[in-house]
Amino acid sequence: MLNLSLKQLSQQLREKAFSSEELTRFFLDRIRKYNDSLNAFITIDEDTSIAMAKQADLKIASGNQGTFTGIPIAQKDIFCADGWKTTCGSKMLENFVAPYNATVVQNFNDAGAINLGKTNMDEFAMGSSNETSYFGAVKNPWNLEYVPGGSSGGSASAVAARLAPAATGTDTGGSIRQPASLCGFTGLKPTYGLVSRYGMIAFASSLDQAGPMAPSAEDCAMMLNVMASHDIKDSTSLPHPKEDYLAPLDNSIKGLRIGMPKEFFGEGLDSEVQKIIEGAINEYKKMGAEIVEISLPNSELAIPVYYVIAPAEASSNLSRYDGVRYGYRTKEYDDLMDMYFKTRQEGFGDEVKRRILIGTYVLSAGYYDAYYLKAQKIRQLISNDFSQAFQKCDVIMGPSAPSAAFKSGEKKEDPLAMYLQDIYTISTNLAGLPAMSIPAGFTKGLPVGLQLIGNHFSEGHLLNIAHQFQLNSDWHRKTPKEID
Amino acid sequence: MDWDIVIGIETHVQLKTQTKIFSGASTSFGNEANSQACLVSLAYPGVLPVLNHEAVNCAIKFGLAVDAKINKKSIFARKNYFYPDLPKGYQISQFELPIVGEGKLSIPLNDGYKDIRILRAHLEEDAGKSSHGILQGKSGIDLNRAGTPLLEIVTEPDMSSAAEAVAYAKKLHDLVQWIGICDGNMQEGNFRCDVNVSVKKKGSTTLGTRREIKNLNSFKFIKQAIDFEVNWQIETIEDGGKIQQSTILFNPDNGETKAMRSKEEANDYRYFPDPDLLPLVVSEDHIHNIKQSLPELPGEMQKRFEIDLGLSEYDASELTNNKDVADYFMNLIKRGVSAKLSANWILVNLFSRLNDADISINESPIGFDQLADLIKKIEDQTISNNAAKKIFDALWDSPAGTVDSLIDELGLKQISNDSEIEGLIDKVLNDNGAMIEEYKSGKDKAFNALVGQVMKASRGKANPSQVNEMLKKKLSN
Repeated sequence: MLNLSLKQLSQQLREKAFSSEELTRFFLDRIRKYNDSLNAFITIDEDTSIAMAKQADLKIASGNQGTFTGIPIAQKDIFCADGWKTTCGSKMLENFVAPYNATVVQNFNDAGAINLGKTNMDEFAMGSSNETSYFGAVKNPWNLEYVPGGSSGGSASAVAARLAPAATGTDTGGSIRQPASLCGFTGLKPTYGLVSRYGMIAFASSLDQAGPMAPSAEDCAMMLNVMASHDIKDSTSLPHPKEDYLAPLDNSIKGLRIGMPKEFFGEGLDSEVQKIIEGAINEYKKMGAEIVEISLPNSELAIPVYYVIAPAEASSNLSRYDGVRYGYRTKEYDDLMDMYFKTRQEGFGDEVKRRILIGTYVLSAGYYDAYYLKAQKIRQLISNDFSQAFQKCDVIMGPSAPSAAFKSGEKKEDPLAMYLQDIYTISTNLAGLPAMSIPAGFTKGLPVGLQLIGNHFSEGHLLNIAHQFQLNSDWHRKTPKEID
Repeated sequence: MDWDIVIGIETHVQLKTQTKIFSGASTSFGNEANSQACLVSLAYPGVLPVLNHEAVNCAIKFGLAVDAKINKKSIFARKNYFYPDLPKGYQISQFELPIVGEGKLSIPLNDGYKDIRILRAHLEEDAGKSSHGILQGKSGIDLNRAGTPLLEIVTEPDMSSAAEAVAYAKKLHDLVQWIGICDGNMQEGNFRCDVNVSVKKKGSTTLGTRREIKNLNSFKFIKQAIDFEVNWQIETIEDGGKIQQSTILFNPDNGETKAMRSKEEANDYRYFPDPDLLPLVVSEDHIHNIKQSLPELPGEMQKRFEIDLGLSEYDASELTNNKDVADYFMNLIKRGVSAKLSANWILVNLFSRLNDADISINESPIGFDQLADLIKKIEDQTISNNAAKKIFDALWDSPAGTVDSLIDELGLKQISNDSEIEGLIDKVLNDNGAMIEEYKSGKDKAFNALVGQVMKASRGKANPSQVNEMLKKKLSN
């Protein structure tokens, strides 16, 4: 059960090689065994998970199962799940039990999946190392002294250590791809609007997008089949026709034009990582792809633009955590203002407060035009860069992150160094494009991910390109030695 | 010194939709606190707004009714501030690009009409309600109203007296009900005005500093608040003081206005486009369809009444201030009675009784069917105008009666039968030979006296014009 793909799990459940209950217990046992050292999960609810598994077994017994029936997956703790504690990694929501299901959770429930638990994450998804979580840092299973990346660090650690066959994540500036790169598995951030944001606790609404995190591209395709849906409860959800993302996996990629943006291979990129990425792209060449040099001239503006737009939206999105209706409220206060101040002072961590301050500042009267409006204009330029690049190539490839995983605590006190972790991932969020990270090699025993960026709604093609690579490599099948 | 008064008004009109502007929760009034607060109203983590297009249609209707530009693309923005009855910590409103652009509303004044320019009208959500003093030592929050759709209608500073401001507010109040986008209930806060007031030296082209009187929910309060505020501002300036831009509240108990916060203390609302909502795009076709669905507008109807029905401008205008009055009038003339008589009966007799009783025309005990019956009896000369008034009063007091039965009961049937009248005339002439002589010698007064005698003989029931005519004929023989 440990290393079976989602497709194999589905098949063996159907063939009754094992029951969903057995499978679920198997992973719950692993979580119990390793969570103390990895801290990948915030909430486990064995009774509920087992009850869901029993339901799935009944379905399988009656022959009514779908492809996902009985498969356990972990949910990032940013998704509201009815009856589950949903903390978003924050003290503010430490005891918040969601009264409804996010559309992503509902889709998995409808497909018969089992909720294994809620995974740890950077507080309100703000962070690249999973060290900002109120519930403690998450560890990288490849080396427990290293960070798993963030913000979907709990999901990443869980998938890499096989505490779950797969997990959900969200990606606002790289929060699926960077941890996928640092933990050595496959992660996909879909086109903005493909997966519903309803019930996914908002960080930066115009950038947030949920996606699958799993060992292989094939696993991700199977998950995306469940996750992608047009949702009238999310006005930014796009009415894209339903696709079967498994269908194009085996298509030939002969003649594929791969764009290599020169801006992604310059200063700041670890030379070992660069070698691995160039090696992987070379593999594609051997498979019949051609390489095109492209330019994304406004790339260097992506981080400054992101750190205006994302905090601006966040400062407003997080205003609802005021201690009035739910969540944390300070114990003692003199009046309303005092209650607001203390509640937010005590309820939010430093990184969240830093971004609320930045966001409030850039939206203030007198600064709005110089920051927010200008950032929106540059965002359009960044988007145009990609449109032009995609006239010359079918897919853009480069590193997912500038380096392999770094040590816990190394960048914690240096926000700017931390922000640079997302230097290659952020621009796709700004442009709303789909992008993946797939395992491409190791440096000093730590995984390195190759990033694939496609045009809008090209998830099928991206998964196809990734799958073809994975047919010719086994980086995505490696498992960390520290975890048996 | 003489002063000019400058007034602009922002009106919050609650739109008559079944559900809230960004969620499926009900908008009905007066229910148990928080019974209509869904997860979106409560701003739970992860919930998202979904626009109710009924509210958009209401806004378009209004835009069309004031001849305004409808913006094909408008943007919802977040207005950020903290308050316990504002669950998200921001209000979704429209800022830079509202759905309704510039338009105008013509208001009736004593000496004619005046166009008030509408600057814009935008959609937004209402906040909830905080109540203090119900719970011991705590404040209560009721979020039933949170998310109720509002249309905020903003004028240019075109009004120059309290009377004009009230005329505008009344006209707007009538119009939004006329086109069916608001129930107009001011007590429940469904139509409330923020009034911006400033004064400047007569003829000066520079505007004075304005103060904004918040949340006036009756026409009387609008008048009282402006009167007080204008006096206060003039006195302050004449005493050498300066007006500070500020937000003020009107206290109906003492009729005074009082500053709430000055501009320096004003919130920085940090407006920015709401990333949860796409730009609102409306098509030409959709606007066209809404235009088709609009009822005939008051201005058009007034013109039609003047041209087709021959009513005076005043009557036509009075009949088209209010949709219910216009409907009553149209129903009346549909029953085949004279438009002029109908207008007269509504505007004089019916209005005076409605005013005395302080009720609306919909609550009138006399329905249009009964009034039509009554007017028909005047037209076919069954009763005189005076008799009709008596029957009208009797009907008002006991609406179950019919016009026919009351004519009989009160014995008010007019005598219009020629031979009957001739009999009466003959009798009077026989008895009043002296008067005939006087008349024939040129004394016109004698004729009136003879008419009076005939009317007296008929106990007031003879048709007076018939008596006149026949008597003249007799005497000339």
